Amino acid sequence: MALVKFTYALKRFFPKLTDTKANGKTIPAVLQEIEANYPGVTKYVLDDQGSLRQHVNIFIDGVMIKDRTRLSDPFGENSEIYIMQALSGG
Amino acid sequence: MESCSFEGIPVSIAYADPRNGTWWACQDHGHWGVKLQRSKDRGKSWEEVAAPAYPEGEEVKDGLPATTRYLWSMAHGGKNYISRLWIGTDPGGLFVSEDEGNSFQLVESLWKHPTRKEGWFGGGRDLPGIHSIVVDPRNEDHIHIGISCAGVFETTDAGKSWAIRNKGMSADFLPDPTVETGFDPHIVVAAPSNPDYLWQQNHCGIFRSIDAGKNWLDVSEPNGPARFGFAIAVAGDNPDQAWVAPADSDVNRTAIQSALVICRTDDGGKTWKQLRNGLPQESCFDIVYRHALVNDSNAVVFGTTTGNLFFSPDRGESWQVINNYLPMIYSVQFAD
Repeated sequence: MALVKFTYALKRFFPKLTDTKANGKTIPAVLQEIEANYPGVTKYVLDDQGSLRQHVNIFIDGVMIKDRTRLSDPFGENSEIYIMQALSGG
Repeated sequence: MESCSFEGIPVSIAYADPRNGTWWACQDHGHWGVKLQRSKDRGKSWEEVAAPAYPEGEEVKDGLPATTRYLWSMAHGGKNYISRLWIGTDPGGLFVSEDEGNSFQLVESLWKHPTRKEGWFGGGRDLPGIHSIVVDPRNEDHIHIGISCAGVFETTDAGKSWAIRNKGMSADFLPDPTVETGFDPHIVVAAPSNPDYLWQQNHCGIFRSIDAGKNWLDVSEPNGPARFGFAIAVAGDNPDQAWVAPADSDVNRTAIQSALVICRTDDGGKTWKQLRNGLPQESCFDIVYRHALVNDSNAVVFGTTTGNLFFSPDRGESWQVINNYLPMIYSVQFAD
């Protein structure tokens, strides 16, 4: 199971958000599981069309994902998936 | 200050629905997208409701997926449609709710308008946006909207079909100023005492219509301050009286000669009076955004880009400071 970690910035809106194990084999599947636990959180991470928001990043084992549109980057059984805010604003 | 909500989060529109007292906050998170918040207790508590979202597969232009980038206008649907709300967005979609804002649907007829993909473009923002929604209180299916950049559109069937209402407006920033769309009305408002009288502060001047937008007349001062700006307000009891908040020019968006001025016309735009009493007249850089100048009876209020909030009890003849230390002010409204 991959471990999903979140930026502290999201805890302002989802105070109970914490590191979460997920069974999903793709990032969209993982996010769907997270959504079930924290309703609404995916709208903070993805835009209307399901792409990663412009100023949000996802890292898999420390490497930024390449496919921001379909979120198809692979990960392993023991991967850590970090959902971060970009520092685009400084 | 009665309350302060969402400290540190930009709010593009703060809207109080006069029908039921519900407060709305359209939020513009830099990272997390636009959000819509609702309060039924005057800001003591808020609930997030689903913000307008574009259906899967929709595109702004070919190859550019549509996603809500900004909530730029909000209006209630009127007394006959008590559950109806309208929201205008960047990138150019109008949304309607028929369930008090619990859900919003894209108004397909406007989104599919034949002029949209090629004839609309960004103005003030990267993509087209709807910043004005004017619901006619005599017939709440009759609505004008303002789009930057496209112009003014009118529906008489609650959004099923749309007519372009740009006749008489100018677009001197275009190589062909006779285009059908591509105009930049910074804000469009109607006179409450006669909703056929529409006013707009446009990128290219101040325009007025006395026939519900069928014809527009430039009522700017050619050589005076009442020309370029973003905001306009019309008196509730006089369709010929209006206020604007001039800025220097489109290439120099600051106060004119470092002094703040509000201009008022009492004669439908034939003449404009400069109102400066109580406003800073030196070392001032404030301008007034499009939703930040309002009036109610004799009271006029405006907020500025540098966080100053001014109040006049006498239709602009004199001004008082309400607060000098607010953040950039995007919208102002009188609320009960």
